[in-house]
Amino acid sequence: MSTQRTAQAAGLAALAAAAIVFPLVFTNPVVTNYGVFTLIFVVAASAWNVFSGFSGYISLGQAVFFGSGAYALGIAARDWHVSGDAVFALLPACAAVGALIAVPFGLVALRVRRHTFIVITIAVFFIFQLMAYNFSFTGGSTGLSSPFLNWHADTYNNPFYYITLACAVGMIGLAWLIRRSRFGLQLRAIRDDEDRARGLGVRAMRVKLAAFALSGAVTALIGGVWFYYLTQVQPSTGFDPLFDLSIVLMAFLGGFGTIAGPVVGALIIEPGQLYLTAHFTNGYYSEILLGALFLLVVLFVPRGIIPTGGEWITALRTRGRPAVTPATAPPPPAAAPPQAAPSPPTTAPPASRSPSTPGGSR
Amino acid sequence: MARQIYEAIVDGILTGGVYALMAVGLTLIFGVLDIINIAQGVLVILGAYLSYELSVRAGIDLFVGLLITVPAMFIIGVVIHWAFLRRLRGRERTSMTLLVTYAVALIVEGILYKVWGPNYVQLKASYVNSSVHVFGFYLPYIYIYGFILAVALIVALYTLLYRTRFGRSVRATMQDETAARLVGIDVNRVAALTFGVGVAVTAVGGMVYGATSGGFNPNSGYDLISRLLAIIILGGLGSIGGALAASIFMLTLESLVDIWSPNWAIVVFYGALVVVLVIRPTGFFGRQAVRAQ
Amino acid sequence: MSALLRTDGVTKSFGGVQALSGATIEVDEGTVAGLIGPNGSGKTTLFNVITGYGRADAGEVYFGDRAITNAAPDRVFALGIGRTFQLTRIFARLTVLENMLVATQHKGRPRNLLARTSRGHWVQQRRRAMDLLEFVGIAGHAGVGAGTLSYGQRKLLELAYVLVADPAVILLDEPAGGVNPSLINHISDRIRELNKSGKTFLIVEHNMEFVMGLCSRITVLDSGSATASGPPDIIRTDKRVLDAYLGEDVEDDDDIPG
Repeated sequence: MSTQRTAQAAGLAALAAAAIVFPLVFTNPVVTNYGVFTLIFVVAASAWNVFSGFSGYISLGQAVFFGSGAYALGIAARDWHVSGDAVFALLPACAAVGALIAVPFGLVALRVRRHTFIVITIAVFFIFQLMAYNFSFTGGSTGLSSPFLNWHADTYNNPFYYITLACAVGMIGLAWLIRRSRFGLQLRAIRDDEDRARGLGVRAMRVKLAAFALSGAVTALIGGVWFYYLTQVQPSTGFDPLFDLSIVLMAFLGGFGTIAGPVVGALIIEPGQLYLTAHFTNGYYSEILLGALFLLVVLFVPRGIIPTGGEWITALRTRGRPAVTPATAPPPPAAAPPQAAPSPPTTAPPASRSPSTPGGSR
Repeated sequence: MARQIYEAIVDGILTGGVYALMAVGLTLIFGVLDIINIAQGVLVILGAYLSYELSVRAGIDLFVGLLITVPAMFIIGVVIHWAFLRRLRGRERTSMTLLVTYAVALIVEGILYKVWGPNYVQLKASYVNSSVHVFGFYLPYIYIYGFILAVALIVALYTLLYRTRFGRSVRATMQDETAARLVGIDVNRVAALTFGVGVAVTAVGGMVYGATSGGFNPNSGYDLISRLLAIIILGGLGSIGGALAASIFMLTLESLVDIWSPNWAIVVFYGALVVVLVIRPTGFFGRQAVRAQ
Repeated sequence: MSALLRTDGVTKSFGGVQALSGATIEVDEGTVAGLIGPNGSGKTTLFNVITGYGRADAGEVYFGDRAITNAAPDRVFALGIGRTFQLTRIFARLTVLENMLVATQHKGRPRNLLARTSRGHWVQQRRRAMDLLEFVGIAGHAGVGAGTLSYGQRKLLELAYVLVADPAVILLDEPAGGVNPSLINHISDRIRELNKSGKTFLIVEHNMEFVMGLCSRITVLDSGSATASGPPDIIRTDKRVLDAYLGEDVEDDDDIPG
């Protein structure tokens, strides 16, 4: 067990080191450009996964947060005359905007489930896109431009690379913490049976809303970074339906509800998409390929690469061993009463130990 | 002003009828298969392009062309179900089916771009360009013909569901798939045929949409599907009457707001959905807010 | 003895069907009470109303002196009323131990955020969860996905995770339904033991032997209202009960009661 831990830690350290030296080795701006976009999608897909993957509520309205973050940064920089590197100080404000939008959005949408929830997220998405087109402070269909950054063209991408890398590491760490926490457990219980979870004291609306707001805040933050990197945003790019589809595909390809899934998915899909868009100037080819890839994933690796791959590895490891480890052992046949019904009467009910306070904390 | 309002209401009702037909296909598919077919919007556009092709290349009248396009769309629907949806099972089915139909939408859209390009086209016929004078304003004949055809088809679908043996099987499957299996209904066949029928109506919807909307291109599917989704949710998922009522309500509302500001009309359209759902999460005629997870 | 859980004239209808019409029942503290009645008499509906899964059209639910009518399920549970479902509802994609931890309550938690996230508290919760799994007899499956448990084991898990938060009253919806005889004995032993330690129970059950053997007081529900209430021996011979209920096949529990 401990060797496995060590191996895992070593693997992660190697990955981190590779990620850090990447722009120093591949100095070509075209390559680092791929790196920045990929990391943006790592963050967005992980943020989506923390809400949708854990709770089972599929949101197709994450672009609401992404676009809002981008616009919030643009509007703030324009109206408050912020320029140069100082713009990065506005990023926390982007996150705040995302969370602020998520609360009313969630209060409406999270009252309904499944298909209805998905459709509401799509409806809210269109409302935001249309607002961006129609309001004057968003710059209408021309959108907004970001303040000029006086950086050298050869290394322009590098600061963005490290910022997005930091966001990605932070987001993955956050997802990992949530996954092991009580909060994460409650989200996963909601995914399995929300009504039952409520009957066990889970305040479902609060839990869902907190996850939604967190996911919205991070998505808005990275939307702000994206805008500053791209230097412009239009309603059709900030609020892009393909953005939602892409992050969902990434999460599903890698493994819905797992930590590594969305990361792996983003690492595969985003560079692929960028490559295709660069090589087929006709947009429809990449669209057809994206759709076809999606169908292949759903039909052949429906649970994603990480869970399926994990199973193969387990299968390989256990092959040839005489006994199966208890953790993966099939349950005993249903006919047998569990653990011999006449259990020793000496077993005191634990409830009797602490009649009033459960767990007897402190 | 009063005349504008009349015009908006008549326009809303007539367009609403056509939207209702497309929405009924969608809500029927949901009711039987528990699938929301995101591709419905782009399939409507495909239907419109098929009509366009028949009328421009072969000179076939738009309404006569339906005799070809409706069966064609039916077959496309059955094939989509057979190839991609039939096998999806398990706990993640809701999201899976949604994503699969979304993927189908992307592929169809890509193909439409490849074949017909991004330029807007419109269906043309004598009755598209000539108008009748009612309530003091001019109304193209196509609006009236399209409305009559849509209502006739909704009535026909209703009859199919409530007066035939196939309809009984469909309704039984809608209510309880397991029970339907137990009484000997071939649920897979019912599902495939329902998907086919639900998609077949897009041929008619596409033709009327293509003639009345003032132009369409492959990208128009997104706008359509988001409206149709709003309509079926508002009407209550699975409810045919609800889809009809919600279509007419939403389209009338939109065309009324359009008098004041065309830009905000569509925002009001989605805003209405959100407001209604805050008050009544099941929509107008919803059977239930949620099925068990 | 005072009534710990009480419903007063609870009425509920679904469309045109009157599921409950003025149901009044009382459960005394420290007892095991039974609720019986023919299929469709409103037993599960009453459970749903008490635990917040259904809204009462009229009437009140009291927990001690406190009116809890139409409180949300999480609130009812936090107050100290736990329940199981007739068809077990467990979290199939969580492990058995994780299932247990879902129910860990806020009230025992340290206020201090640091202490709350500290390992000590978490470890304590886990230990308690394991103790309870031990108690019901499925501790050996703690690390297994709950979806792989057999039906009987699911029933035990459901009982165990309701106990995690140490509720004062536990409502059991057909704990013996669809379970083999030796497991039925096991379950009734556990209930007795818990009762001895001070837990109050309200049990809906079709298995007469089980109910009569376990409960000190039985209420009969018929057509949505309580028609009789008393100790098992009285109920067994009550004419109204015989008319309402025992006239039909008492073992017939394969139907879903309203």
